[in-house]
Amino acid sequence: MTGATRAQQLVLRGRGIVPGRVEGEALVSHETISGWGGIDPATGTIIERRHELYGVCFTGKVLVFPGAKGSSGWSGFFQSTRLMGTAPLAMVFTNLTTKAALGAIVTRVPTVTELDDDPVARIATGDLVEVDADNGLVVVHGPWSQACHPQ
Amino acid sequence: MVALTDEEKAMRDGRDGDAVAAAMDLLIRYADALGAEQLCETRNVAGTNTQPSPAKTKLFEEGGWSKAFSVISLDCDDDIEVPQMKVPTCQLQHGFGNDALGIMPYSERNIELQAGAESFYSSKGVNVLATCTPYQVGNLPTYGEHIAWMESSAVVYANSVLGARTNCEGGASTGSASITGRIPCWGNHLVENRYGTHLIESGLRMTGFQDWGMFGYFVGDMVQEARPVMIGDLGQPDLADLKHFGAAAASSGGVEMYHIPGRTPDAPTLEAAFGGAAPPESLHYGEAERRAIYDSLNSIGNSEDVDFVLIGCPHASLEQIGRVARALEGRTLSAGTELWVMTPRALRAVSDRNGWTATIERAGGRVLTDSCPAMSRVAPAGTKVFATDSAKQAHYLPAILGIEAWFGTTEECVEAAVTGRWRGSLAPAAVVR
Repeated sequence: MTGATRAQQLVLRGRGIVPGRVEGEALVSHETISGWGGIDPATGTIIERRHELYGVCFTGKVLVFPGAKGSSGWSGFFQSTRLMGTAPLAMVFTNLTTKAALGAIVTRVPTVTELDDDPVARIATGDLVEVDADNGLVVVHGPWSQACHPQ
Repeated sequence: MVALTDEEKAMRDGRDGDAVAAAMDLLIRYADALGAEQLCETRNVAGTNTQPSPAKTKLFEEGGWSKAFSVISLDCDDDIEVPQMKVPTCQLQHGFGNDALGIMPYSERNIELQAGAESFYSSKGVNVLATCTPYQVGNLPTYGEHIAWMESSAVVYANSVLGARTNCEGGASTGSASITGRIPCWGNHLVENRYGTHLIESGLRMTGFQDWGMFGYFVGDMVQEARPVMIGDLGQPDLADLKHFGAAAASSGGVEMYHIPGRTPDAPTLEAAFGGAAPPESLHYGEAERRAIYDSLNSIGNSEDVDFVLIGCPHASLEQIGRVARALEGRTLSAGTELWVMTPRALRAVSDRNGWTATIERAGGRVLTDSCPAMSRVAPAGTKVFATDSAKQAHYLPAILGIEAWFGTTEECVEAAVTGRWRGSLAPAAVVR
């Protein structure tokens, strides 16, 4: 690992709510996500037409989002992604609610919330992200916007 | 870590069997994720077990309803026996039942599966109310009661209009609550989390059901998951108005709790709504905001040829069914258009007695129960364009079925069903001078 790469690491500290440690590509939603009526568990895609990620697949991605919205079916729909093999790899979210917390638990993927900085602003789609929910850490490896992170 | 009573520890450690132990394990993981300090006792659970889904059907085929309950409702992979419900538990809306047979392209296999699930769960003590509005048909929580409900529109109604206390629960938390009588004491269960966070001042008087829905859709969009307090000369809402308002606010945002000082029970006054704290600066709802919401709800409508009209999201009140029946009296639906009114089975029984069902059916419409097009992902065959008087259904159904939507008044929707054409337009606002 070169010094330059190491310098581009950003560490967000928070609280792990579903244990586990994984590394993968980030998919960042700046808008909250609906479960029922918002995602299709058969394909692991966002189906809400007004959503910025309409048609985008989250399977195998580190899903970074502000929080859950809409129907109480949220947790059940994300649980279905686990049962149908289309789940995200991990979850990182800002706003802790019953929908998002229960959803993360029944999706059974490493999840971190209550971070010391806004993950939606600090992580970009395509970033390589390590989610260490055992220690409540999210480590962001570049690339990310230099404008937001003057060295 | 959540602090457990001796009774809760005994349940966790298996005194009452494997299913109860698994339920406690889920509740503990969930409480810890939330940061809840304790669990609260509840004797009122509204959840969902009976609706078939692809994932649930697969589990049922592998190991029966016990397997489906274990994995989906307890998040547990073990083979367990489902015990009797420990506390009163009702089934919310689910898929279509027998009354859908032959009139819509809905899978007979699903109807069969759900009938089997109904028999199984009712034998375990679940009351099959089969509606998103349990508060209309026999499950009316009391003020201050701790309950564990799913269904965002029912949750916001219970918290705000009834003053009961519930978070927006999910399948696994209500499943676990039903056999333990416990739920994390967090969020809306605690008085300090029930005070208002945002002040919305309306310059408009609500003119009826449609206005309340649009106002709710605006409020949800503005505050997202927060707790809005609405002031202004709003007028007197009825059950259907607040049912529509809350459902809309829980669709455009995640509102679980709101106050209308002088109307809702936690807020006799504006001061009480904010728990004595100074109200924040207000957000304004006026003619421009109302117009923008109307346009947003109609942004997915393009063709004016309406195939399908949906009334009753959340499930229609008696008064709503009566309005549709009066508007259809002596008329006939356009040959290419269907009209469905969704309502709880218990209210359809009253509609039958009142003669409303017959009036609606004579015109070619239907009064259906248990479900809705969004829940069951079904509309009349060939539907490309639908119209509804529900902001919630207009929000969700286009995404779920890939169809166009028009949003209007109940009477405009009935007109569209009779003429086959959408002719809705926004009535002038009642500006308060």
